[in-house]
Order: sequence, then structure tokens, then C-alpha cells
Amino acid sequence: MAVQPEIDHATGRSTTGHEWDGIKELNSPLPKWWLYIFYATIVWSIGYWVVYPSWPLVTNYTKGVFGYASRHDVTRELDALKALRAERAAALARTPLEDISKDPTLLTFALAQGKAAFGDNCAPCHGLSATGSRSFPNLRDDTWLWGGGIGDIHQTIAFGIRNGDDRARQGVMPPLGGPNGVLKADEIVTVANFVRSLSGQSTRPNADLAKGKELFIANCAACHGEDGRGNRDLGAPNLTSRNYLYGSDEKTIIETITQGRGGVMPGWVTRLDETTVKSLAVYVHALGGGQ
Amino acid sequence: MSDLLSPAARKSAAEVEEPHAVGAEDEPLYESRREIYQQSVKGRLRTIKWAVLFVCLGVYYFLPFVRWYRGPNQPDQAVLVDIANNRFYFFFIEIWPQEIYYFTGLLVMAALILFLMNAVAGRVWCGYLCPQTVWTDLFTTVERWVEGDRRERMIADSQPMSAAKAGRKILKHVLWLMIAWWTGGAWVLYFADAPTLVKDLATFQAPMVAYVWIGILTFTTYSLAGLMKEQVCLYMCPWPRIQAALTDQYALNVTYRYDRGEPRMSVKAAAKARQAEQPAGDCIDCRQCVVVCPTGVDIRDGAQLGCIQCGLCIDACNSVMTKVNRPLGLIAYDNDVNIERRREGLDEVYPIVRTRTVLYVAMIAAVGLVMLYGLMTRSFTDLSVLHDRNPLFVQLSDGSVRNSYTVRILNKRPLHRIFVLAVDELPLAKLTAVGVTTTSGDWPVVDVGPDSTREVIVHVTAAKPADLPASSRVTFRITELGSGEKVSVSDHFISR
Ligand code: SF4
Ligand code: SF4
Repeated sequence: MAVQPEIDHATGRSTTGHEWDGIKELNSPLPKWWLYIFYATIVWSIGYWVVYPSWPLVTNYTKGVFGYASRHDVTRELDALKALRAERAAALARTPLEDISKDPTLLTFALAQGKAAFGDNCAPCHGLSATGSRSFPNLRDDTWLWGGGIGDIHQTIAFGIRNGDDRARQGVMPPLGGPNGVLKADEIVTVANFVRSLSGQSTRPNADLAKGKELFIANCAACHGEDGRGNRDLGAPNLTSRNYLYGSDEKTIIETITQGRGGVMPGWVTRLDETTVKSLAVYVHALGGGQ
Repeated sequence: MSDLLSPAARKSAAEVEEPHAVGAEDEPLYESRREIYQQSVKGRLRTIKWAVLFVCLGVYYFLPFVRWYRGPNQPDQAVLVDIANNRFYFFFIEIWPQEIYYFTGLLVMAALILFLMNAVAGRVWCGYLCPQTVWTDLFTTVERWVEGDRRERMIADSQPMSAAKAGRKILKHVLWLMIAWWTGGAWVLYFADAPTLVKDLATFQAPMVAYVWIGILTFTTYSLAGLMKEQVCLYMCPWPRIQAALTDQYALNVTYRYDRGEPRMSVKAAAKARQAEQPAGDCIDCRQCVVVCPTGVDIRDGAQLGCIQCGLCIDACNSVMTKVNRPLGLIAYDNDVNIERRREGLDEVYPIVRTRTVLYVAMIAAVGLVMLYGLMTRSFTDLSVLHDRNPLFVQLSDGSVRNSYTVRILNKRPLHRIFVLAVDELPLAKLTAVGVTTTSGDWPVVDVGPDSTREVIVHVTAAKPADLPASSRVTFRITELGSGEKVSVSDHFISR
């Protein structure tokens, strides 16, 4: 049965018959162009389902006829980025380490790349700002176990320290105390106080510094030198420095002498490419500690 | 002229002007657009409009080709927006990103000038200078040239399609598109060295973004100036709404002097009425003012949103008045006050100097002077220093303390310059800059390329931190070798 459309008397137009709180809705159709655009979007969305991945299935999803995946986009963008950087990367690979800082653009490039690589790879141990922490060296000061020249730094980063690799830096602080040790506990205290005096720190009032020196020359000078300035070939720290890797309080020094030390750093040539290692060396060197 | 038309043609011409018949039931929510067949007109204001059109378009299309020496690295272009290098060049002015406030100044000035124009002469901007008006004027001129004046077009449009008519229509759209395309082309030339870009565009070597922009501008110019025309002013533009709130009764507006025009009647009827000493207006209801109007309004209905104040109706009516031997200026730039004053037999007043206008002029002058002062005293060298936050300081093996900073030196001159970088106010401090090997005395020497910045990482070491407070002032100073120009910036040195 055909329903006669109701006419609203005020406007003379038909209503939809819908009523809320006594107000009737006028029959005002949408403009045609609007409707057609709406239909077009529906058609478009169907095309979209066909062309792009869209529907989740139980274990998989519809792949779409284009086989599109955002992962491909990422790969492509990364490749494009590599291509974009290729020229500078090649220049970086070509240029000897010492000369990189002479070219401002190359330096900027290396610093930026080094900073990013540092954050990704080195920050877990040395901290984001490279200030290190107990047993992880501060790379911003001028205390370097293995040398702070850019070449030394590069070598350390590339092959690491005491990590089993033949190319790694070797050298170890042996335990001098303990039951089989060469020094007795009281002798260790004496040496420790002498060591503290090397860097100008306070010593126990009753400490026999002359005895300490004697013991030091006999047991420690082989690595640390008679003046305690260390030996970078062996990674033997400079004991006159204010900055101690494990701490310079008496207790820590006693601990170090008693049980020895031997921290490990991985080598990075096996994980990072050559230019990244180079950039890291440039970056670390520029942090301020480099010599 | 009208007797040249056949009755059929006259009828169809009349039909086109007939307002749409609207039924109560199916009345659409919006009125469909009625095609406006703007008739050509001659006169003083039309001549001014032509002049403005030529000057504006001439400047727009050819300004990118004006050359200006910019030093070795930049294109020698007088007006250039160099997005890649973050520079804006305008003749002798070169704006760096941090000086973007000059644009704020320019925008403030532009707004104030618009207000001033509005206070003096209503929407003159709309009628003469607005890009929408200028391009629409150009497009309707082309249309008139191809398809003929008002009457010819009305007749043609009321007749069925023919090959000749289709040809004319196609030609019109092709010409429109060509102008639109040229407009887009000129636009992109402001963003790169124009001669090079023209060559690159022609050989399809130009960057994609240039083609995209040309496409966008072609589309917008074609649709705004060709297809939408007056609808932009009527429905899209906010200015008529805003200006209505800014205007006052003294602003000169295109005004139909109804005190003189009404009651309107034919020339003959008027003559008769005047003989009988009956009131007779000067308006002969010939509708010339309406047919020349680009927005299709009837100015005799008074001030209205649709009127863009182009003054073409003034020209049209003046030529009618000349023909019927009545004084000119039935429609003229006039203000509301004078209509009243004439009625009361008072003299007309045109007070241009009013509180409002004086205030606007003063504000424009103030902003202008501030900007001019800024431009004149603007430095060509700049220095910024950023203290490393993490760590704030580093203790070295001998107990001395070092702070690191990122120092940026800006060289805004188009030449290579060399600066000595030093610190003051921190006795015995040592300064090293990463990647800088040359020194003058103890201080590093940094060279900065023409029109560019150089960032250097700087380490400052204080040998006796015990003598320093936890935080002390340190002043970085660059001194140009040769000229001796100095710039300094202060920061802090943290030692504990
Ligand atoms: S052109 Fe002048 S005379 Fe003709 S209708 Fe308009 S105002 Fe009246
Ligand atoms: S009414 Fe007159 S001044 Fe206003 S837009 Fe039309 S022609 Fe121009």
C-alpha cells in the first residue's frame, strides 16, 4: 500500500515520517554530487580490497593482487638511503682516519653516523653520553687504558679487549692477593696507600709509603712503570690519574690488587661494516678525550 | 543594438536571465549558478583596471627573471625562495630561517594596508588588486575574444551545439588552460633559478615536485578563474564578511545615488514628468550597470556582499548618462553620509583624514620603521653556543675540568670568512675545537663558507677548578680576521 507522504504545512515540503519529541524531519535529500561521491568511495574501497592486503584469515591474510607489503617499502627506503649515502660512505672508506677531520663535510657525516652507531651499539655499556660507569671507561675524559689517539681508539673498537679474538687487545691485571698470592693482606694495604698517593689522594696516617713504594716497584712496576704512569701496550692504567676505572677509594684499590681485573669488550669488525667502525672512532675521538 | 536581434534570439536571451522557477515541493536547497554574461565596457575605471592587470600579471610572470648578484653559491635571482637551503631572497634582503619574523611583520603590514584601503575606499582591493579578480578578468577577456560579447554568447548558449560553437568552446578552454599552465609555471620559478629551471622543465629534467606544483596551480587557476569566477567572491572568500565589520559611513563605496536616480523611468517619461514638474529620476532603467557587472549584482539595490567595487557599473552608467544628456556620476564612488546630506541640501563631504585612517597610517608606519630598523641593523655574523648537557662536565686525569659546547657560527655574507674563536672571563682556560687544526696564538681559527653556517664542537678546559665557583660565566667570542668584527655570547662553565 502506497503511503501518501505527509506534507509539512510550514514549509510545504514532504516529511520523512520520522518524529522525535514532536519534531518531524523534513525530507531533504542529499545533494546528488555528494551521493555520487559517496558511492564512488564504496566502489573504490572494493577495489582496494582486491588490490591491497586487507582481510585477516585464520592463519594468514589476503595478500592482494599487487602483493604489496609495507616491509618492502621499508627495504626500498633503506636501500635508497644507502644509495644516497654511498658517495660519502665511499669517501669515508677511502680517507685515512687521521685525515677525516680535515674535511668538514666528511667530519660532519662521520660524527652523525658515529653518534647513531654509538647509541645503538656502545651506549649499553658506556652510556648514551659516553661517560661510562664503574668498570666501563668514561670516553670523554683523557684517561685511556689503550691510548686515546684516533688510531688506538679505532683498533680498540674494531677488535675489542680480551674477548678471545687473537686480534683483540690483551693484558691482564693478575690477582696478587689471596691464599696463593704474592702479597699478604697487610702488604696490599700498604701498596694501595702508596697508589693513592700517586694521584695525590689522602693516605692512612700510619701508612708506610716508602715500604709501599718498594713493594710497588717489586710487584707492579713491570706493568704500571716505576712512576705508576701505566703502559698502554698492556692496557695498564696510569695510576697518577684522578680517574680510576673501578674507583679510587682504598677499599676498591685493595680489592683490585687482591683479585685482579680483566674486563672484556667485544670487537666490532665482525658486526659492523668498516665505515661504521671508522665513524665510531671519529665520534669517540671527538668526544673530547681523544689525544 | 537590441533591434539587431531576431525575436527568437531576444526571447532566448531573456530566458537565460529569467530566475529559476521554483516549485514548493522540489525546491532544491541551493540555488544553481546562473551563468553571468558580463558585457564589455569602456571608461576611465576600466582603463585603470587594465593598467593594474598588466602591471600585476607582468610582475608575477616576469619577476623571477630579474637578476641580482648573490655571490658564488647562490643563483643570481632577485626574488627567490630557496627551500632546500632555507633562504629567502628579496632584492637586497636575504632572510635566514631564524629571521622569519620579518614575514610576520610583512603580514601585519599587509593586513593594516588592507584595513586602510578599506577605510578609504571600501573593497578597492577586491575590485582591482585581488588575484581572483585579476585572473578572472583575464579569463573573461579571453572568453569574450573567442566567443564574443554578452549577446553573442547568450544566443550561442541558447542554441543547440554545432561544430562552430564546439570549436569556439574548445578553443576557449584550451586558451584558459594555457594561461593556467603558464601561471603554475611562473609560480615554480620563484623556488629555483628561473632560467635553469625553464630549461630543465622543457627537457623533463626538472624535479617531480616542480611538475606537481605546476599541475596544482594549473588546476586551481583554471577552475577558480575560469569555471568558478564570481562564485569565489560570493561563497568562498571571507573578506566581504570581514570588511563589512571594518567599514564605516565615510568609506568611499561604489554607490548608486538613489536620491538622484529615483523614481526611475524612461527618457521620454522623465522628460514629460519634468515638464509637468513631477519628480523624475535620472536612471532610465537600461540595466547597463547590471550587465557589465562581473558578479551580476544590481548596484541599485544598495551596498551588497556581491559587489566587489570594481567600478565597471560607473563606467557603464556614465556612458548612458552622456547619451541621454544628464550629468555623470549617477553611480559613483561616494559614501553613505553624502546621500543623506544631499537630501538635506548640505554640501558633500569626503573626509579622508579621519581617526581611523590616521591610526592605520600610524600603525603601518610604526611596523614599517621597526622592520626597516631591523633590516638596517641586522648583523651579518652570528654566534650561538649550546652547552653539552650530558655530561655537564668531565674531570680529567690531572684533576682539571672540561666542559663541551656546540658552537655555531653564522656567516650571512656571500664571502668566505675566517674567525678566531676564543673564550673570555675564564682565566687559564684552554679551548680546542674538533676538526680545527689551524690556530692563532692559542685559539682555533675557524673558516666559514660564504652564506652558510659552521658548527664546531668545542672543549673548554679549566686547569684549576678549585678556584672556580660551581658555575661560572664564560664568554665565547669570535673575531673576524681582517675586519676585526666581533660577536660574543655568554654561557656557563660548570666545575662541580
Ligand atoms: S546604467 Fe545607469 S541609467 Fe542604466 S539602469 Fe544602471 S543606473 Fe540606471
Ligand atoms: S555592482 Fe558595480 S562595482 Fe559592484 S561588482 Fe558590479 S560592476 Fe563592479
